[in-house]
Amino acid sequence: MIRVKFFASLREQFGAAELDLPTRPGMSVAEVWNAAAGQPLPDYVLMARNLEYVQSDSVVEDGDEIAFFPPVTGG
Amino acid sequence: MIELRAQEFDPWRELRAFETAHPELHGKAGASAVFAGTMRDFNQSDDVAAMFLEHYPGMTEKHLSAIRDSAMRRWPLQAALVIHRIGEVRPGDTIVLVAAWSAHRAAAFDACRFIMEDLKSKAPFWKKERLRSGERWVDSNTPGFSN
Repeated sequence: MIRVKFFASLREQFGAAELDLPTRPGMSVAEVWNAAAGQPLPDYVLMARNLEYVQSDSVVEDGDEIAFFPPVTGG
Repeated sequence: MIELRAQEFDPWRELRAFETAHPELHGKAGASAVFAGTMRDFNQSDDVAAMFLEHYPGMTEKHLSAIRDSAMRRWPLQAALVIHRIGEVRPGDTIVLVAAWSAHRAAAFDACRFIMEDLKSKAPFWKKERLRSGERWVDSNTPGFSN
């Protein structure tokens, strides 16, 4: 299983802060999004794997924490 | 040092406290560069009553530490400090404080700018504004360079 987290407007859009998903061998971050969100990954969405930024083709492993969020607006 | 704060803080008091806690800077740091970001009561011609600053527990701290460490490696700094608010923020509150200490001004200025720009473009924080008409997410940060 992997843990999927959504932040800010994405969390509100999907109505959930986090959910657990079964993994498949070679599953990419984009495929995690498809499985969790049920729609294609929008260009503006940022992704992190285990607290580090990754690209959408990055491959996930069992036990990972994958996060999706909109452009950041801190500072 | 990097720190997330859930409560209002006075940036000038924080700087004084940091320098007091780091006596090794005394007489050595010829340059201190400081950026303090403060919440405005307007945005895109709307009055803003308050704001909620969301973050990604774990990743936000890790990212801020990495920015600071990267600046410490890139420039000959004697110290660098980042304090960022989270949670409910009101107009006039300090949102972020970045400071860098070095022997000469070039490293302090450049490192302070570098930390601030990286924080603005990559550190996982999201602002939600509370207006009279309701709430809205801030969708992007303004450019950091004026020309």
